[in-house]
Amino acid sequence: MSEQVVNEQYVLQVNGEAREVHDAWVGESLLYVLRERLGLPAAKGGCEQGECGSCSVLVDGALVCACLVLAAAVTDTEIVTLEGLQPDERGALSIVQQAFVEEGAVQCGFCTPGLVMAVEDLLARDAAPEDLTVREAVSGNLCRCTGYGRVLAAIDRAVGATKEAAR
Amino acid sequence: MSVHRPTSIAAALDALAAAPEALVLAGGTDVMVGVNEGHRRPTDVVTLTGVEELRRTRVERVDGHDVLVVGAGVTYTALAAPDVAGRVPALAIAARTVGSPQIRNAGTIGGNLGTASPAGDTLPVLHALDARVEIVGPTGSRVLPVREFVTGPKRTALAPGELIAAVHIPVLRGPQDYLKVGVRNAMVIAVASVALVVDLDRRELAVGLGAVGPVPLNAPDACRWLAHRLHWDDDAVRLTDPGDAARFGTLVAEASRPIDDHRGRAEYRRHAVGVLAARALRRATS
Repeated sequence: MSEQVVNEQYVLQVNGEAREVHDAWVGESLLYVLRERLGLPAAKGGCEQGECGSCSVLVDGALVCACLVLAAAVTDTEIVTLEGLQPDERGALSIVQQAFVEEGAVQCGFCTPGLVMAVEDLLARDAAPEDLTVREAVSGNLCRCTGYGRVLAAIDRAVGATKEAAR
Repeated sequence: MSVHRPTSIAAALDALAAAPEALVLAGGTDVMVGVNEGHRRPTDVVTLTGVEELRRTRVERVDGHDVLVVGAGVTYTALAAPDVAGRVPALAIAARTVGSPQIRNAGTIGGNLGTASPAGDTLPVLHALDARVEIVGPTGSRVLPVREFVTGPKRTALAPGELIAAVHIPVLRGPQDYLKVGVRNAMVIAVASVALVVDLDRRELAVGLGAVGPVPLNAPDACRWLAHRLHWDDDAVRLTDPGDAARFGTLVAEASRPIDDHRGRAEYRRHAVGVLAARALRRATS
């Protein structure tokens, strides 16, 4: 069985691109590497203990907190951050992002990237989620501004727009 | 300084033999908090997420009874799925109470056992069911009852160079539940928790109590007392006296050994664990 040993230099697959990481300490979290070494600032460092969800990213299709992922341990996985969600190069917004804008679900904006990732993940698994399913899906994303009402309205709108787009 | 990413149990054991001080990483949801805060500064890490054989579940037939064998790398999300929920409902319920979707996608049952926090959510279920922990090491494998595997707060019987391979969980016929008290429904570490499992074939029941002692506790005297007072049918169990639920709660509370800490006082925990036990019993018998 093959075994991979990674030292201070390794390659991550982020948003479909191979990205080299140099001179990294072995204990760095994926959140730190994304933001400080790869220049991808969408994932936010709120608590660095998995409580706030602001650093939510997809690792091999699973929604996780990037702060709790050891970067050097996910070299053979596909990582997707909010930056990788954009449907085209002109910077168009995804259905979920557009719904957040239209419902005014963004206040200070710190939690928004993590929430968008959580909602994208939810809608990819369940295009017509029930209310309880929606609340459970975003239960790990804290909004410091407590703007949850508009977030839930934005998710409602995104569900409708997803259905419309599927027609 | 290196990260070892083995893809088999054998390779993981080799990596650990070569670097005995290495930090073993499963889902990372406990370990990385310590790393981020600077409490842990690992030099060598053995990460188990690439070991596919740890991520499987299967059903074995042992002495005429089904046993669910859950690989150490199975996540809470996978534990909450129908193939586990249909066989060990309390484990699926407990898994769904862990953290958030993000945490449940990463955290594993092996990690919960390895961390051995008194508040670990799967542990009361595994204690109630008298589950067995399969351990692999340089000299072969061994199996320990979970009640012997967890030896103290954040302490286990795991020796240097050993890994948790799987958990063997009896599949019982009968109602099961897991109830937990915390400050909200999501993202909460248990202040007190109760797993209740009923075995209709043996006409027995058992509980596992979380966060009310240095290790998860059982309350065998309370359960034996109650089993004789219940009305047992082939496919259901009923209270013969409605007051027995509260009496059972009192006996369970007396079996707890809680302490005061930043999440709750001992007095509150003792009260809460009794309320939860009585509630779980009412739900299982109605």
